[in-house]
Amino acid sequence: MKAGRLKQILLLTDGCSNYGEDPVAVAALARNQGVTVNVIGVLDDQQRGEPQGLQEVEAIADAGGGVSQIVYQKNLSETVQMVTKQAMNQTIQGVINQELQHILGERKTIEELPPEQRGEVVEIVDDLGETCQLEVLVLVDSSASMHHKLPTVKEALADLSLSLNARTGSNEFSVYSFPDSKHTITQKVAWTSELSAMHGIFQKLSSGGYTPTGPALKEALYAFSKKAIVRDEQGVVDPYEETGF
Amino acid sequence: MKKPDFNLAAGTTIRGKWGHHVYHVVRKLGEGACGVVYLCQKNGVLYALKVGTESSRLMLEVNMLKKFSKVQGVKLGPSFVDVDDWIVNNETYPFYVMEFIEGQPFSVFLKGKKKEWVGICAMQLLSDLEHLHRSGYVFGDLKTDNLLVADSKVQWIDVGGVTAIGRAIKEYTEFYDRGYWGYGSRRADPLYDLFAVTMIMMETVYPNRFDAQKDPKKTLQDKLKSAPLPSEYKKIIAECWRGKYHSATEMKEALGQVLMKRAQPPKRSSRKSVQTDASEWGEMIGVSAIVLAFYGISAWNLWL
Repeated sequence: MKAGRLKQILLLTDGCSNYGEDPVAVAALARNQGVTVNVIGVLDDQQRGEPQGLQEVEAIADAGGGVSQIVYQKNLSETVQMVTKQAMNQTIQGVINQELQHILGERKTIEELPPEQRGEVVEIVDDLGETCQLEVLVLVDSSASMHHKLPTVKEALADLSLSLNARTGSNEFSVYSFPDSKHTITQKVAWTSELSAMHGIFQKLSSGGYTPTGPALKEALYAFSKKAIVRDEQGVVDPYEETGF
Repeated sequence: MKKPDFNLAAGTTIRGKWGHHVYHVVRKLGEGACGVVYLCQKNGVLYALKVGTESSRLMLEVNMLKKFSKVQGVKLGPSFVDVDDWIVNNETYPFYVMEFIEGQPFSVFLKGKKKEWVGICAMQLLSDLEHLHRSGYVFGDLKTDNLLVADSKVQWIDVGGVTAIGRAIKEYTEFYDRGYWGYGSRRADPLYDLFAVTMIMMETVYPNRFDAQKDPKKTLQDKLKSAPLPSEYKKIIAECWRGKYHSATEMKEALGQVLMKRAQPPKRSSRKSVQTDASEWGEMIGVSAIVLAFYGISAWNLWL
């Protein structure tokens, strides 16, 4: 069995969307297009109690078939790689569950298999997770309240690249930020296999008070499909040869 | 990522859906990455039982336990006992059962002991790693939380991070992870574990651990410089970071040389102890045979 190419959007935010279309609906659309949406809500280390404005985080990830987590800034690195890997396994498991239903002809998931067989299936899932090609579009909310968290975000992304590049399968990352007054989102890093050297990527920042999470997600989805078109036109197979756009 | 949100009270019965074995909860032992571990009892025998929500991760651990309960005749980690599902309140929780290893947490064991124990424990770890590496795997998430000392021997109790050489490390903890400190990748090779061993040695003098700060490598070097460890150990740690040791064997030998310089012999070889035990048994059997023979003769005499 071949793992193929998995596509994910990783949304990093600290607040509720307040502009444009419903991000939950856009996430559902993304899922339908074969792109998983993961959301990480980033809290200040001093923040206590129930996080305000982050109720949306779980709803977006659920609709997007992905994983969500609300986390303190200092744990961001660990969380980013955990969420990405978990979403990857979740997607692969979803595919395998479908196959199982084909084979067994009934609604059966991996969890419902007897332990013996389950043990064999999880090994296959694990193998696919190790070897599949992964494309992660990181979408960073860089509205005013996120500014002081951006250095941590940068570190976490470098760490994510370190974790994923230890896999046998290839990876591609790109980083976008929002809001952007003209195009909703701005590309900060073009598609690359390494996120280690990202000097000054968050220097020019807009400080508008609005958070258009929905429109930003939709733009991210467009960026994915544009990438697929570029790939088809060039007929490129090896993702390392791709230069982006 | 989500841990089961139930706290099992003592006396709770866990019945397997498939195998129908019944386990009685005694008390909670601890929490792992994907589940909670309870001390359980079945037919008067104590076991460690891990229950979680994420079936696939638990199954991967079971596969590893089965594989490494015995590697080339050497026991690496607790023995596997059972795997099953537990249905409670219409929810299914996967669980597995393993041998209960009774021991002290690593940090508790080292409290008040001389610094040479740090070297001895590191050597014991390296001996086990030698076997694991030889069979094509690295331990991955090597950390004090995953270690127990039983009968003065360090044992690992959580094999969730064991990864085939050449693959991405399955589970790690930043403090022990060479990637976090800028000393290499997160791809599994034997040196990944050697780095973690040096961090366990560091932790014995920095029990609260420490963060990477702005320059991870420099932070680590400074911490080593001011660590109240014997200078010979510090030298070995620094050499390990520089990539001098290419295998657990090489690092173990270097540590062995340091330890052998001291007055006491560092470590009782386990093979030797088995042999002495065996020869003692042999003597016992011999003596009893002679005694029995005498009794036999006297009984024979009486009969006559």
